Amino acid sequence: MSQTSTVDRDAKSGPFDVERVRRDFPALHQKVHGRDLVYLDSAATSQKPQSVIDAVTRYYTEDNANVHRGLHALSERATASYESARQKVCRFIHAAETHEIVFVRGATDGINLLAQSYGRSRLKPGDEVLITHMEHHSNIVPWQIVCEQTGAVLRVAPIDDRGELVMGEFERLLTDRTRIVAASHVSNALGTINPVEHMVELAHRAGAIVLLDGAQAVAHGSVDVQSIDCDAYVLSGHKMFGPTGVGVLYGKTSLLEQMPPYQSGGDMIKSVSFQKTTYNDLPYRFEAGTPNIAGVVGLGAAVDYLEALDTGAVRAHEDDLLEAATEGLSQVAGLRLIGTAARKASVVSFVLDDIHPHDIGTILDGMGIAVRTGHHCAQPVMEHFDVPATVRASMAMYNTRQDVDALVQALSKVREVFA
Amino acid sequence: MGGDPGTEVDLDDLYQQVIVDHSRRPRNFRELANATGSGEGHNPFCGDRVTVYLKVDERTVADISFLGRGCAICTASASMMTESVKGKSIKEVEAMFGRFHAMLTDADADGRDNEALDKLVVFEGVSRFPVRVKCATLPWHTMKAALGSNDQITTTEDPP
Repeated sequence: MSQTSTVDRDAKSGPFDVERVRRDFPALHQKVHGRDLVYLDSAATSQKPQSVIDAVTRYYTEDNANVHRGLHALSERATASYESARQKVCRFIHAAETHEIVFVRGATDGINLLAQSYGRSRLKPGDEVLITHMEHHSNIVPWQIVCEQTGAVLRVAPIDDRGELVMGEFERLLTDRTRIVAASHVSNALGTINPVEHMVELAHRAGAIVLLDGAQAVAHGSVDVQSIDCDAYVLSGHKMFGPTGVGVLYGKTSLLEQMPPYQSGGDMIKSVSFQKTTYNDLPYRFEAGTPNIAGVVGLGAAVDYLEALDTGAVRAHEDDLLEAATEGLSQVAGLRLIGTAARKASVVSFVLDDIHPHDIGTILDGMGIAVRTGHHCAQPVMEHFDVPATVRASMAMYNTRQDVDALVQALSKVREVFA
Repeated sequence: MGGDPGTEVDLDDLYQQVIVDHSRRPRNFRELANATGSGEGHNPFCGDRVTVYLKVDERTVADISFLGRGCAICTASASMMTESVKGKSIKEVEAMFGRFHAMLTDADADGRDNEALDKLVVFEGVSRFPVRVKCATLPWHTMKAALGSNDQITTTEDPP
C-alpha cells in the first residue's frame, strides 16, 4: 500500500523476511484437502500471530477479572492491560489523546455508534449524508437508517470504471447541506485507496465532519488520523491480526464531547439515582457494560506485533505481491480484473469468463486455496461493474509469491473443468 | 466444504461432465408464454436467481422452463429438473423432490430411492459440499412455490 503523508515510514531497515513472519502464524501451516493451505482471504479476516493467541490465553489464565471495578489484584492487572491496549492503539493510529480511543465490537459497531449518537442527535430534515459508491454495506445501511429516522438525505458519490472515486462529483455533492461524509479509507471489494486527506479537506471546507472506515487500511500498517485530519475513524481488530469481536472508534475530543451516549448501562455512568444520572467521562461514556477485555488485550498484542515490523518493508512486500498478482492474473485468458485503481491495497478482485465465482471458489478450495467469492457485502459495487459476484484474493504480509503463483496456476484448472 | 480437511476432495465428483454441460447449455432456458404459474428463487449467499415457469394441465406438468443467472450447480440443477419433471403428475414431481432433497441433505439416506431419480443422481456428489447444497435445491424449492402460487419469491435463507 503506497501512502504518502499518512504513512509512518519507520527508520528500521533491512529486507523483509516473509518466512520469519510466516512462522509466527500457526494457522498458516496446515493441509487443506491434502494440499498446503494458501490463505488469500485476509481482507475477510487475517490470521493471528502466536503472540496474540498467547496474550488472550494469558489474560484468561492469569488475569481474568472485570475492569474499572474491583480493587483486588486481578482486577488491577486486567484494567492495566485493557488501558495499556488503549495507549497502544492511540499511538498506532496517531491519535492526540487516549480518551479518543473508544473500544467497540468492530468497525460496523463503530459506524453504528457514530450514526446513532452523533447522526441521530444532529441531523435535521433536508440535511445530507454523503457516502461513496464503493462502501461496504456496513457504511451504507447505518446511514440509511439514520436518514430515515431524521429526514436527512443520503447522497452517493460515484466511482469510475477503474473503481476510483470521481473526485469532481464528490466535490460537487458536497454542499452547505452536507453534515456527515462517511467513506472507506481502502475499499474491501476493489482495493482502491481513497485520497482521504483531500476528501477531508474538501468536506471540512463544506462544513461537514468526516468518518473514515479504516477496516481494510490498518492491516497494512499504521495510519495517522491527525495528519488525515478525519473527525472519526473506525477499525476492526480481526482484520489487523487481532481477535474477532473487538474494534475501535476513534473520534476527535471535540466530536466525542458533543455526542450523547449510544448504549447505556454499567461503566458509562458516574452516578445513578432514579432522579438523575451523570454520564462518565470519555471514552467510558461510550463503553457501556463489561467490554471484550480479552479481545482488547489481544488487539494490543496485535499492535505490538505490527509495530515490531518495519512498516515500509511490509508495504513494499505487499506492493510486490499486488504487482505479481496483477501481472499473473492478466495472463489468464478470459480473466477480467474488477478494480484497477492507480493506488491499491494488496487485493485483487476478478471474474473469469462466465464461470460463476462460487464455482471457482469451490474448485480453488479443493486445491487448498482460500479466497472470498460473492458480493463482498458491496452489492452496489457489483452492480456498477455489472457482475453478480467476484472472486477476491486478498494478500497480507505473510503471503508469498508462491501463493500468487498457486492461484494463477489453479485458475487454469478451473478453466479446464469448464472448457 | 465437507469431508476430512486432510484428505483430498474429488472435484470431478461435483463437476461431472453432465453437470458442466447443462450449466453451459441449459435446456428449457426461456420464458413460458402460456404459463399457468411461475416462481422466483433467490440465494443471497451465491447471488443465484432463478425464475421457474410452469404450465399445469389436469394436475400434470405439461411444460416447464426457467430463466436466471447462477452458479453451475444451480443452473444445471434447474436445467435437469425441467427435463425430469416434464410430463409428470404433480404427485410424482413432489415425490421426486423429496428423494432429491434427501439424497443431498440426509446423511442417513441409504440411496435406495436414488434409482428412481434417474439422471438426477449426478447431483449426489453435491452432498459432500454442504455450502453448495442450496445451489442445487433452489430451483426445486422455486418450482414447488410456482406450483402453489404465481407471485412467490423463494429464498434459500427461508425455505418454504
